Amino acid sequence: MGLKQNLHNLKEKYKGTKMAPLFNGFHTFLYLPNETTHGGTHIKAADDLKRTMNIVIMALVPCLLFGMFNAGYQHYAAINGFTEGMSFFSGDFWNLDNLLVGAAKILPLVIVSYVVGLAIEFVFCIIKGHEIEEGYLVTGMLVPLIVPIDLPLWMLAVAVAFGVVIGKEVFGGTGMNILNPALTIRAFLFFAYPTWMSGDKVWVEGARELAGSADAISGETVLGSLAQNAAPNFSVSDMFFGFIPGSIGETSTLLILLGGLFLIFTKIGSWRIMLSAVIGALVMGFIFNQVVDLGWIGETSKFYGLMSLDFWKHLLVGGFAFGAVYMATDPVSASQTNKGKWIYGFLIGFISIMIRVFNPAYPEGVMLAILLMNVFAPTIDHYVVQGNVKRRLKRAKVKTA
Amino acid sequence: MGLLSKKDAALITDPLADNNPITIQVLGICSALAITAELQASIVMSVSVLFVLGIGNVVISLLRNIIPSKIRIIVQLIVVAALVIIVDQVLKAFAYELSKTLSVFVGLIITNCIIMGRFEAFALGNGPWRSFLDGIGNALGYAVILIAVGFFRELLGSGTLLGFKVLGDPIEKTGLYALGYENNGFMLLSPMALIVVGIIIWVQRSRNKALIED
Repeated sequence: MGLKQNLHNLKEKYKGTKMAPLFNGFHTFLYLPNETTHGGTHIKAADDLKRTMNIVIMALVPCLLFGMFNAGYQHYAAINGFTEGMSFFSGDFWNLDNLLVGAAKILPLVIVSYVVGLAIEFVFCIIKGHEIEEGYLVTGMLVPLIVPIDLPLWMLAVAVAFGVVIGKEVFGGTGMNILNPALTIRAFLFFAYPTWMSGDKVWVEGARELAGSADAISGETVLGSLAQNAAPNFSVSDMFFGFIPGSIGETSTLLILLGGLFLIFTKIGSWRIMLSAVIGALVMGFIFNQVVDLGWIGETSKFYGLMSLDFWKHLLVGGFAFGAVYMATDPVSASQTNKGKWIYGFLIGFISIMIRVFNPAYPEGVMLAILLMNVFAPTIDHYVVQGNVKRRLKRAKVKTA
Repeated sequence: MGLLSKKDAALITDPLADNNPITIQVLGICSALAITAELQASIVMSVSVLFVLGIGNVVISLLRNIIPSKIRIIVQLIVVAALVIIVDQVLKAFAYELSKTLSVFVGLIITNCIIMGRFEAFALGNGPWRSFLDGIGNALGYAVILIAVGFFRELLGSGTLLGFKVLGDPIEKTGLYALGYENNGFMLLSPMALIVVGIIIWVQRSRNKALIED
């Protein structure tokens, strides 16, 4: 008797009791349930919530692995110096030493994120008596990818508890949340523990412990140096491949691009949102470039560093690419209508770059931009739908007249 | 309760729980969000509102038969304003630092919806003694929530209670801080007060199903 039959028996035994959702959840997650619809169904679709979530996780795995290698690379490079002109397959990057440093820090983050989040999800399902949804699977993977590497585990646990309860469960669980839960968790961390979420000491493994000693290392992100009007010491190819300091999984624009194409190919992520977010960011970046070219602000302005960054480079640095591909496209909190998705994505890109430039204390704006637009998404949808209703009513009137 | 009849006692006990002005009627939220970052400020604010609402209700109740109904709001405002100015002056004279912390919010007691609400809903139609009890009861209901919110926000946000470092010293790393604990800066921001009040409402309603309206 295998695990599947065991779970099925447990399900039968606990049917109707409070613990039933627990076994049902495990069973449907691991196997195809014994009870599936036969015969006269009208719609048969294989892409249930479980499969949707798993595909997103698959798209995230390259970022996670790259993040582990990059964590080690940044650590050793900060001590021994960076390699000039690295190609993507450089042996200086893909080696066991780098992986071990990263894995030792990142795997605990992943485990804490999943254990705390799923435990809360299970408790709520048992109290409320509804079936367990797979909604936390993607959130639990996203969260470790968007935090700095040295974040203490207990802080992550507190933030996950807050994000899952206040961001999701109070609204009624998976599918009902207004805000993206992963970003709610990150926003909580950012406002609660700002010294662990920004500055030049948090992005490189070990930088905080070595601070003040003779071996002190620092790793400022590209946006961080630009916000202080200092030229970042990374080449464009480094930014594109992702050999730069940053949150764990968001540095490699190349892998995010591949993940995004995979999501579009599998029709899980909306290409409209991704494309319009990129357009919005380019437009805002271009406007700022023009402001600099016209000489409206001088080199002494505190906005000069970020404003003068070539508009297309905004796509390569910071968390913009990661946010646009994996966060903005969250099907629950994004706009639902096609026209709404264009507006929603465009404003995310536009506002991200605006916050980046105008808030030097907080050089990354994509988190706040997406959360803001999450709140506006239902409004956008409402006006798109009403506009459609009005147009069709007008057509109806013309015919009757 | 030998002193109070059952009906009078309900005037005090109802607003403490099932008819709480903040969590059930959702009035007086602005000050609950603004000044609850420290427990001391919450307590002073509660006492001020207790004074204003208790005395104000009695005054309005005594005047209720001679106030022309067309200008009753103006009369009510004058009564509140007079009482608030007394509170403000007393604070400035005896607790200057604290009145700095509370700044404009003492003056804004005038616009506290709970006060005008009780004047309109209760004092205009009831005798002075019952109005007094009603004012005290509602002010206590307000105080309970304010102090609860202030307690959690100061404890988790600054690690202190009434200024005492109950969790240890964050700079010298004693107590909890030696284990790596850090204060939660989010607790000091107003949005967190909203969330704490929300959680109190959530707990209250899930304990008493009669409060859930749909």
